[in-house]
Amino acid sequence: MSIAIAIGVLTAAAVYLFMQRGMVRIVLGFVLASHAANLLLFSAGNVAYRGVPYIGSGEVGEQADPLPQAFVLTAIVIAFSITMFMVTLAITTTTDDDTENEEESPIMVLTGGTGDINDAGMMRHDIECTGAAGAGTGGAHASPLSPVHDFEGPELSPGLTDQQGGGTGDINDAGADPGIGKGGPR
Amino acid sequence: MSEILGPLLPLLVGVPLFLGALGALFRRNKLARHIICLGTLTGLLAFSLLLVVETHDGTVIAHQVGLWEYGVSIPFVVDALSSLVLMIISILGIASVLFAMATHEARARFYHPFVLVLMAGVAGALMTGDLFNLFVFIEVMLLPSYGLLAMMGAKLGAHGARIYVSVNLLASTLLLVGVGLVYATAGTVNLAELHGAAAEDPAVAVAGGVVLTAIAIKAAVVPVHGWLTRTYALTSPAVTALFSGIHTKVAIYAIYRIYALLFDGDQRFLWVALLITSLTMLIGVLGAIGEKTTRSILVFHMISQIGYILIGVGLFTTLGLTAAIFYLLHHMIVKASLFLSTGAIEETYGTGEIDKLGGMLKREPLVAITFMVAALSLAGLPPFSGFVAKFSIIQATLEQSHYWVAAVAVVVSVFTLLSMLKIWTGVFMGSEPENLEKRALIHQQRTHGKRYLRVEAQAGAPTLTIGPPTTTTTRVLAGEQAVKVPAKLIVPGALLAVVTLFFGLGAELLLSLSATAAENLLNPIDYVRAVSGA
Repeated sequence: MSIAIAIGVLTAAAVYLFMQRGMVRIVLGFVLASHAANLLLFSAGNVAYRGVPYIGSGEVGEQADPLPQAFVLTAIVIAFSITMFMVTLAITTTTDDDTENEEESPIMVLTGGTGDINDAGMMRHDIECTGAAGAGTGGAHASPLSPVHDFEGPELSPGLTDQQGGGTGDINDAGADPGIGKGGPR
Repeated sequence: MSEILGPLLPLLVGVPLFLGALGALFRRNKLARHIICLGTLTGLLAFSLLLVVETHDGTVIAHQVGLWEYGVSIPFVVDALSSLVLMIISILGIASVLFAMATHEARARFYHPFVLVLMAGVAGALMTGDLFNLFVFIEVMLLPSYGLLAMMGAKLGAHGARIYVSVNLLASTLLLVGVGLVYATAGTVNLAELHGAAAEDPAVAVAGGVVLTAIAIKAAVVPVHGWLTRTYALTSPAVTALFSGIHTKVAIYAIYRIYALLFDGDQRFLWVALLITSLTMLIGVLGAIGEKTTRSILVFHMISQIGYILIGVGLFTTLGLTAAIFYLLHHMIVKASLFLSTGAIEETYGTGEIDKLGGMLKREPLVAITFMVAALSLAGLPPFSGFVAKFSIIQATLEQSHYWVAAVAVVVSVFTLLSMLKIWTGVFMGSEPENLEKRALIHQQRTHGKRYLRVEAQAGAPTLTIGPPTTTTTRVLAGEQAVKVPAKLIVPGALLAVVTLFFGLGAELLLSLSATAAENLLNPIDYVRAVSGA
């Protein structure tokens, strides 16, 4: 009974948190949801049996079922790793997250509310460079602060000169950086 | 033969995992990583071909991993359906890795490990005969794909990644709950032991319903499809092609497997499946109408095609299942080919927006032909495999006198052809927009600027002028076509288009294989017998 209530409360709280705007709250919601799922899984092997689950070590009617416990262990590890990924996502991708107030975003909280968005951008940029040196981090405008696809539109018609200028400077920089030139990660 | 192959099944999971980890160790050596990745995928293809040959007569190969007894063990089971899907997935993997190598996405250090771990998860999910292990392998498959999606998506910002991760995590949690409920009600998670459990016990049926709902979210069936259209269009074409063939299709495979075993093809629930698939077909194709980029149109089509594939579950007759399995195999290849051929244009010209492209038939005839073959096949016109697939699906619905489903299928097919024509006229016909060349040059410079500079420095002769802007402008004005889709970008998509043609012309062979797979699903007694060893 208490397990059923606990599952219910956890699920309700999780659903409440999913409905929030901030990524961190959603992550917390998933933590609660995975706890609820784990409790449910745990109770799938009858919780009234609490003996040691080894053959020959106790009465058959008292031995706990080891299988749901093994399930829960596996599920905990998986939920934990994805939670870590989501927390990383919450911190590294803040600039184009249209579901969140600027002041409430994790990076604002972490930098003490100074709102140093450049720091956030730099962090993201570093991470992208480590991961995908070749893919989307080529030119000056390929930083996540102004993604590649943003250049369409009015920029274009007068833009070729400017673009070329910007590109030149960037490319010269890159030429001096053999690390990127070789295509290897930093 | 199956005595030899059985104990080798865990290698399909183990080898990609191990080699993926090994590949991550090569820090500087790109070539070694490419070789490891392609080699593993080729090995996977060879092994799965062997499995197809072995299972083509309905044989089921089962292996108790770790040689535990039946009931305690976690079995790996391969029948015709899983070996066929595995074969197609390895072909897709090879094609999309070749494409990623061409776009230089594969230069990223962790690209190959991610792809190989993804493949290990897929192989595990296709082979496992255990519900909880299905959950675990689906997670193994998802974790690297989060990495790929975030790493390769230049456009994919926080909101795209968070939708993908949140929805998938929610579906996984629901799947876990469903597995727990199945265990609580049926007392086992071994699919062979669960055979027919839901048909007998309503409690197990409800638990199985939770599992199917969770998997339906992953398969992007209509009421829960929104996440797919909002994320797949935002990552890179190579990754979209890979995912389109893998994630939703593995989920569809799981729906087939679970419905065949757990529910034993129970006729009582089939009208729900038919209703949902018809809605999926219709809403998917209608969603494509308002879209303006090639990739988002194709992504919406993916959803509508998922409806076609799932008709097989809704009918659950020999003909229906055969047709649907054939459709599944055909669709995975065709869709990836479409993503790769439009992706080649997108990678080269910097945009997939229909308004900003045009005249590609003259400029890039090879890409145009590739696209046309795949598009006509998708829409279901005769010499291609899509015709056989759609024809037999409609035949199967008529056989069961579900006339409205057949009507929906025909109407959706016409709509599919219409929106393929929309891409065709917008991208390949008409005249080039004036600033196409300029935009493409700017895009090339942005994404590959540094790389080109390096190539030039080595060659000594600049191919792409980067310097005083006037130079470039004059070249453009002179009408010289400085930007072309390189052959290495065309090859993967064309390769898949050739496979489609082969499927269309050699439909008889594939249909007979699909019929075996359908027979295995209809009479899972062989499956149960192989796993239980009785």
